[in-house]
Amino acid sequence: MTLDTQFTDQKFKLVGSRPDRPDGVDKVTGRARYGADASAPGQLVGAILRSPHAHAKIKKIDTSKAEKLKGVKAVITSADLPDLTNGNRGNYDILENCMARGRALYDGHAVAAVAAIDAETARRALSLISVDYKVLPHVTDVDAAMRSNAPIVQPHVRTAGGEPSDKPTNIAQISTFGHGDVEAGFAKADKIVEKSYKTEQTHQGYIEPHACLATVGPDGQGELWVTTQGHYTFRNLCASLLGMDIAKLKVTSSEIGGGFGGKTHVWMEPLALALSRKANRPVKLVMSREDVFRASGPTSSTSMDIKIGCTNDGRITAATATLRYQDGAFPGIWGMLGAMTAFACYDLENVQSVGYDVLVNRPKVAAYRAPSAPMAAFGVESTIDLLAAELNMDAVEFRLLNAAKEGTKASYGPTYGPIGIGPTLEAVKNHPHMHAPLGKNQGRGMACGFWFNFGGQTCTDLNIGVDGTVNMTVGTVDVGGARASLSLIAAEELGIPYEHVKCNIGDTASLGHNDTTEGSRGTFSSGMATIFAARNAIEELKSRAAKTWDIDPEEVDWVDGEAVAKGVEHSNLGPLSLAQIAKASPNTGGPIAGHSETVADGAGVSFASHICDVEVDPETGSTRVVRYTVVQDAGKAIHPDYVEGQFQGGAAQGIGWALNEEYIYGEDGRLQNPGFLDYRIPVCSDLPFIDTEILEIPNPNHPYGIRGVGETSIVPPLAAIANAVSNAAGVRMDHIPMSPPRIRKAIKAEAAMHQEVSAG
Amino acid sequence: MAGVHVSTTVNGDDVEFVCPGSESLLDVLRNRLGLTGAKEGCGTGDCGACSVTVDGQLVCACLMLGAEVEGRQVQTVEGMAQGDQLHPLQRQFIENAALQCGICTPGFLMAAKALLDRNPDPTETEIRYALAGNLCRCTGYDKIVRAVSATAKELSQEATTKGSKKR
Ligand code: FES
Ligand code: FES
Repeated sequence: MTLDTQFTDQKFKLVGSRPDRPDGVDKVTGRARYGADASAPGQLVGAILRSPHAHAKIKKIDTSKAEKLKGVKAVITSADLPDLTNGNRGNYDILENCMARGRALYDGHAVAAVAAIDAETARRALSLISVDYKVLPHVTDVDAAMRSNAPIVQPHVRTAGGEPSDKPTNIAQISTFGHGDVEAGFAKADKIVEKSYKTEQTHQGYIEPHACLATVGPDGQGELWVTTQGHYTFRNLCASLLGMDIAKLKVTSSEIGGGFGGKTHVWMEPLALALSRKANRPVKLVMSREDVFRASGPTSSTSMDIKIGCTNDGRITAATATLRYQDGAFPGIWGMLGAMTAFACYDLENVQSVGYDVLVNRPKVAAYRAPSAPMAAFGVESTIDLLAAELNMDAVEFRLLNAAKEGTKASYGPTYGPIGIGPTLEAVKNHPHMHAPLGKNQGRGMACGFWFNFGGQTCTDLNIGVDGTVNMTVGTVDVGGARASLSLIAAEELGIPYEHVKCNIGDTASLGHNDTTEGSRGTFSSGMATIFAARNAIEELKSRAAKTWDIDPEEVDWVDGEAVAKGVEHSNLGPLSLAQIAKASPNTGGPIAGHSETVADGAGVSFASHICDVEVDPETGSTRVVRYTVVQDAGKAIHPDYVEGQFQGGAAQGIGWALNEEYIYGEDGRLQNPGFLDYRIPVCSDLPFIDTEILEIPNPNHPYGIRGVGETSIVPPLAAIANAVSNAAGVRMDHIPMSPPRIRKAIKAEAAMHQEVSAG
Repeated sequence: MAGVHVSTTVNGDDVEFVCPGSESLLDVLRNRLGLTGAKEGCGTGDCGACSVTVDGQLVCACLMLGAEVEGRQVQTVEGMAQGDQLHPLQRQFIENAALQCGICTPGFLMAAKALLDRNPDPTETEIRYALAGNLCRCTGYDKIVRAVSATAKELSQEATTKGSKKR
């Protein structure tokens, strides 16, 4: 298998080193300003009233008492947000999710909002708003929502990709992927394993709640300071929902305190703008942690059936998956993404995956790091382990035998270029972790994962100062070290020291459109745009040098940060450094800058394989992760510290998801655990060190070989841990999270079955 | 609304403010004193992003009232560096890449400092339990634990060299 590309074995001077991040001092001194850290003169405090019901008709909202309260400057309901969406259903859904329009669709759905002189007054105003609800039947479980007698969440919805029908349904979309003939494939199989799985809903759990500061004047101009992964997308959406001109709304992304996909969507920002417009004062709106859980961004809960068949010598002949993902109260693409990713690690002749997007009375599902892939991987990788056990074959060998490679037609359509699944599996096979002894009640598991990665629209500016230092402005946000990586790239390309580059995140008024920082695109796409912008600046630097020397620009080369005149006839001309050219720039044609506006195509797919050891207490069912190893292909690790950080962070989130985190809804459809006490994410004492191994199989579509690295690390953990727990507890776990009660129940049920068998 | 008048010391400076009796220390620091280094991740004592010390004791500023700090010594992340010298913990956090988004960092720094003040040579387990009240969603804690270990080592080496110089 050849994995070499034209970018293999590139020699770098700076890329791959580990300098201090440029925003480090700001962030360790408390100076960095996040969403809730800004204020404006005359600012008001916003607050939102939310539905206590999972599903209700809103008969009447009386805001008169709240409006009369001293210190209240604006009260809004959906009546203040006229529908300007012009038949764009997607935008209408966003508008309706920001504030209920006649129906509350989930516990926590916003119904009214106020702006007042202080938080206390705002809270009192909320308590003075009276809402007359007619409670309707609700459904929160994905399987229940698919039954024909289920309460209907969105009466207008008909199944996209399904049989044409007039009947309202909660199945918003059916998406089918695959190729070959699965019936024929199963007929050829010697062994078939078929199993159903469930996963519960989890939240991204960023530590910084959603927060913004909105200012809109009667002149139709506005500013929004907000914690977001995509300030351009927020600008475009907010402007269109509120009927503002895009150019007149300036959105600045604050430092972002974690997003993981949850800050790619607007939740309450249009409300802050609407309040500000009504009050003609700046409005600061910050979600409480409870609001974050009840009304923003969770991922889907799922229910899945997986079937895989293989020959006795371990070759998979057919595989199918039926994946039911809930989208919350608004149609999404989550089941579709699950169906696309489910079998992406394998080279399969006959494969079919069907994804259902299902509506329930829960908050609108948002992207969560490699959205939808972890659950499908849990089902598929658990089944792969079961099949390997049936064959009596080593689980890594079985995967290697069936792994996708360059030229494999992926189950979701395209044909792969050079990819890393095989190499990550080889690395796992040879890793000392795989061969370390296990203690009592311990078990080991491993699993693979895939994510697409994304490129998208990108715009970058690079300005060279007269002292030869470089100011760079990018439009993707820095979610965890991007400034450092992009500065390394600019310095590498220009041939100057890392410390001579300053990377800024531009606001929407100072740079062209950039797509949202999602799909692991930050370093990939802004890295690409940075390279192009630097090369663009180098052209200008060369032409200035040519001018100085009075020779043709064609006769100038750029070598290690200096312009050099080519050819023996110019051997009398000494090189001109970037700093020298910059210093002379006022007299050679003015400021020197480089730009890049591009659609960063060719994001490289990424694969990871994880190994996990757990110890399960058979008495209590409690599980500890005792050792964890991440192996992932990064394409090229620009700043390895932050690549490792992404690997470790994704693994930790996966560990929380696998063992503990879950949304718990009561019979009444209300969320029972909207806080970090009862929705418990892993803490420091829960985890071991997380070992990492970075593989670098260059992406042929990126000048430095970069692939995205942010998301794939959350894909294998659910499955790797489930395989480990199943091995430790001696019983197959098919329901995530594997909380102590679930594990205990499974162990007991298994014991009872054995007793019955031996008694019978 | 009757306010409470409070005289206190924040990062060594004498400070006075008036706040409603029900207002948290966190809101006072952030909204009245302009010290936004302490963050609100939950407001219920579960995340540690608001960690500060009061008379040397590590507390969640969201769980204390502003009125309670009358006559006491409050330390926040803003008071950690001495002039242009970062505290070794701050430097080690940067050098070890112990932060990604950085929202949890002020809280971790305060909690880690409180640990090292009381236990200059903690084991990995002691570090992990001392920091268990601080949530980080980005890092998996790996590099945070390493940064705290490295600081402890650095401080103890400094102490030995200073000690041997004295002798
Ligand atoms: S904000 Fe105080 S502990 Fe979370
Ligand atoms: S670095 Fe983001 S929460 Fe810790």
